[in-house]
Parts: sequence; structure tokens; C-alpha cells
Amino acid sequence: MVGNTPIIMRGLNHFFGEGEARKQAIWDVNLALEGGKLTVLMGPSGSGKTTLLTLMGCLRNVQEGSIELMGHELHGASEAVLVRLRRRLGFIFQAHNLHESLTATQNVLMGLEVQGAGDRSKQLAAVHHILGLLGLADRVDYLPQNLSGGQKQRVAVARALVGNPEIIFADEPTAALDKDSGHNVVQMLKALGQSRGVTTVMVTHDNRILELADRVITLEEGRVVGDSKPG
Amino acid sequence: MSTLLTWLFGRLPIGWLQLSHNRMRLVAAVAGVAFANLLVFLQLGILGALNGATVAPYALLNADIMISATDTHTLTDGSNIARARMFQALGVPGVASAMPLFLGTLEFKLPDGSVSKLQTFGFDVERPGFAAPEVAALLPGLETENSAIIDTKSRGIPKTAFAGLLAGKPFAFEVNGHTLSTIGSLAIGGGFTADGTLIVSDQTFLRLFPNRSSGAPNHILLKLNDGAALPVVLNRLRAVLPVESVMVRSLKDAAYADYAYQTTQRPTGIIFGFGVLIGVIVGIVIVYQVLSTDVADHLREYATFKAMGYPQRFFLGIVFEEAIILAIFGFIPGFLVSLGLYAGLRAASGLPVLMDPPRAIMVFVGTLVACAISGVIATRRLAAADPADLF
Repeated sequence: MVGNTPIIMRGLNHFFGEGEARKQAIWDVNLALEGGKLTVLMGPSGSGKTTLLTLMGCLRNVQEGSIELMGHELHGASEAVLVRLRRRLGFIFQAHNLHESLTATQNVLMGLEVQGAGDRSKQLAAVHHILGLLGLADRVDYLPQNLSGGQKQRVAVARALVGNPEIIFADEPTAALDKDSGHNVVQMLKALGQSRGVTTVMVTHDNRILELADRVITLEEGRVVGDSKPG
Repeated sequence: MSTLLTWLFGRLPIGWLQLSHNRMRLVAAVAGVAFANLLVFLQLGILGALNGATVAPYALLNADIMISATDTHTLTDGSNIARARMFQALGVPGVASAMPLFLGTLEFKLPDGSVSKLQTFGFDVERPGFAAPEVAALLPGLETENSAIIDTKSRGIPKTAFAGLLAGKPFAFEVNGHTLSTIGSLAIGGGFTADGTLIVSDQTFLRLFPNRSSGAPNHILLKLNDGAALPVVLNRLRAVLPVESVMVRSLKDAAYADYAYQTTQRPTGIIFGFGVLIGVIVGIVIVYQVLSTDVADHLREYATFKAMGYPQRFFLGIVFEEAIILAIFGFIPGFLVSLGLYAGLRAASGLPVLMDPPRAIMVFVGTLVACAISGVIATRRLAAADPADLF
């Protein structure tokens, strides 16, 4: 990690398919994302935003070029290293991907258990605290099927945040939320960055969020075509 | 349950929570495992009864060595053997005494016209040492012509028939045109080839079976001198007796050979052994179906957990947790229903269909192993949970 730059990409290329069907999705991306900032990736569908997000999030193997994540080179990293690094990250998906059999508390608890066994009462206190911050104090024992779409997404956000991740990767986190809820979630992510130095990388089509972003990177056909700092 | 499992695993019991979330699937899966257990218990019970019934008649004998014809597989099949072999054997150093054993099957005609087949032993009453103690104690009474010791657990014979006998009054019945009078009883039970047992003297035996000769018993039993080494005497006998017509074995080996023949050569043993295999396969298929469907239904959640940093062993743990829960939950009703079924079979057939602890433990461990195997196969589907596909 160079200074406070947890994500550094150099000469990054990525391909899908093999042989004649091989298609390049990411073209020579060189970016350095600052710590504690909210970076938004924008671009039309198929521009490579999500591919870039999954590469940074250790969910795909780096094929060409380099990604240095929190001081660790991802190109050639073993699965064990990638798994360990993922535990320091938080993911918020467009679909909440909550486990249908687990209550809100249990779903969020999964975000803590991945760190290893701990004092159960302290873990539950942390879970209830973050659910309370997200306005779900009266829904802690609800199964996902009994929560609204917005409530589910907030549980998913709580699950991503409860382990105090160093970087949060979010893919359209406000897509299922109404305007106010979406704004609140993004504001909370930004506040986390300011108070705890958490870096957030978010893929979104929601222009309302741009005003909160520290940096907006625009992709088209796998290439970085814009890089700006609003305001 | 969740609290207990959380304490046990030191993590959320995801497997249990998944299973209990879909109650109908859980009930169907448990019923499937219970049914497979029932199948296995039933086959093992009947197989055990076959084995028990096979070795039970040997328990009536008390000898070191049994000499039989070479075509003998069981106590009751095979050719008769020349009594002259007994005298040859008595001349072998180490052999203390000998007794010819006669065996045959008598039909006990019941008042309703049905027939109960009785495996009939003809003992030399002057050599009680060749009978098990409980038989030997009754042998002197058989010196009286046409007297017999009857098996009170004989299948088909009404228990009321023995009421007087148990009260000390002789019980008379007719077989092969002879009226036999019982002077005592033993509780032995029927097997697969006979409904019960009858013990008579060798003289009564020869009267009941007029085509049998005193010079051709079924087997010759030998007892050894104190201190004589069984393997040494066996070898001496094999050297003296014609190996092409007679077989010399310890009584224990003869019983084991009979047991092995019944379970591996006879259709009954093979069928019930095959039934056990089918039960195990049914169990594996049912549990595999449940687990693989469950894995397929939760691929997105598993992919999410992978993205969060859970290692592969965590997912294997979930699948095995489910497999073990299904094994335990399925075993309990399967075991209880089997107990009832065994009682019913015992009452209906008179066979010694018994649930012994080693069998229950073996089936439980087998259920755990079968469920674990199903789990191993089902975990192949976990590879499809790719967190990159979540975006």
C-alpha cells in the first residue's frame, strides 16, 4: 500500500472466453484509489464496472497487469490469500442475498463469524447496535421473508459493515431502495469513510448519489474515459 | 436446538436452520432415512434370526469334534456316516469318548390338520456328557421307550398344549404312527427349516424312523482326553479316516461353516444380505437428493458467504451438519418402528428376531457413514457457487 492508497491498479487487462470467443472486458486500467473516500464507478451496461469491482474484491483472478490491494499483490495470489483478504472487505450486492433461513440478527452475525469465534454476547451486542443504527431495532428477529425490500437491503448493509471492513465494494446498493433510504445508506457509507477511514467503491447508475461521491470514474467498453472529483 | 448446536459448533448452525426452515422437506427427508433404516433393520433382523436359528441346535451339543460326511454343509444335510468310523476314531490317541448323533424331521400333526415340523435329535442316553447341561439333565427320562423332550417354543403348536406338561403332567402326541410321551421341555424355538425341536433317545429315534439304521448316524461326536490338543487330534483323525468320505472338524468350526454356508451360499442368506445393501443404497440416494437440492437452492447464499471470506471447509461443514442431523433424526424413528416390527415378527414366526445393541450401534454408525457419503457427493455442487456471479 503506497501511503493511504489501498487500491492500486497498473496495466490491468481482463478477458472472458477462450480461443476465438475470447473477448477483452478491461483495457489497460491504471488507477489509484485513496483511502477513506467514496469512489463511484459509472458507465453504461457492459462497460466493465462490475468486472473491475470483482477484480478489486478478490472475486476473480487477475489475468494481466497488477492490482495491489491493501499492500497485497493479487496477480498470482493463492486462493487462501484471496479468502483472507476478502475477510477485510465488505460487499453490498444489488440483490440483498440474505440467507432465507436466518433472522436479521443471524444474517448480520455471519459478517462477524467469518472473523473467527468470539464472545457471543459482544457479537450480538454489535449486531443489534448496527441494526439499530439502520433503523431495524424492532426487526432483529425477523426472517428476510417478513422484511420489506428496503429493510432487507439495510440488513445486507449491516452485514457488510458489522465486521469493520477496510474497504466496501457495493454494486447498485440503492437500486432496491426508495430515494430517502438510498440516500441514507450512501450517506452512512460516506460518514464511515470520514470517521473510520473506510474506503468505498460503488457501482451505480443513480445520478442522485454523485453529489456525495469524492471521486467519479467513468468506464466505457472496459476503458477509463473519465475521472473527476465532484464539487 | 439452535442454541445447543450453536454451543456445539461454536458458530451458527446453518445446516440445521436451513433444514428446519423448510419443514416439509425435513419431514420427507427424515421419513426417507427412517424408511431406509427400517429396511436395513428388517433385513438384518431376519438375517440375524437365520444365523441364530442356524447355530442354536449346536448349542444342544457338547463335544470337541464332529465327524460328518464330506457332502455336509449344515447340521441336517449331507449323507449319513458309517458307525464304524466312530470305532476308528476311538482308536486315535487323545480321543476319550464318542457318540453317534441321529437327526431327522418329524411332522407333528395339529388338530386343525396343519403340520409342525420338528427337528428331531436322537441322543445316546447313556452318554449325557455329549449333551448341553440342560439337555443332559433330562436325558435319563428318555430311557423309557417313546418318550421325548419337546420344544415349548415350537411354531404352530398351541401353547395350551404344554400347559399340563409345565404342571408336571406328561403330554402325549402322535408322530409317524407312534405315540410319544413328553417327559420334559426346553424352550428352543423354530428356525428356517423346522418349526421346533424334539429330543429323543437313539433307540426311540430308530423306531420313529424305520428306514434309518443304527449303523449310519448323521454325525459322530467326539470328546478329547484332558490335556489333548485339539489341532493335534484333528490331524491324527484326518490321517486315519478316509478324507474322500468323511470330514473332521471341531464342533465350533462346524457351527461356523454352517453359519457361513447359510449366509453366503443359501438363497435366503444372500437375499437378506442383498436387502441390507438395497436399504443402504436407498438411504444414500434419499439423503443425496435432499442435500443436493438444498445446496442448489442456497447457491446464491453460499456464493455470498464465499465473497465474505468463508473458506470451502465452512460449506462442507454445513452439508455434513445436515447429513448428520438427517442421520440422527432418521435413525430414531427407524429404530423405534423396527423394535415394534421385530416384536411382531417374533410373535408371528417364532424366529429369534432380536434387536441387540451391537446391531443398533452398527446401523446407527452405518447411517452416519451413508449420510456422510451422500454429503460428500452433494458437495460437488458447491463448486457452482461462484461469488463473481453475484454481481
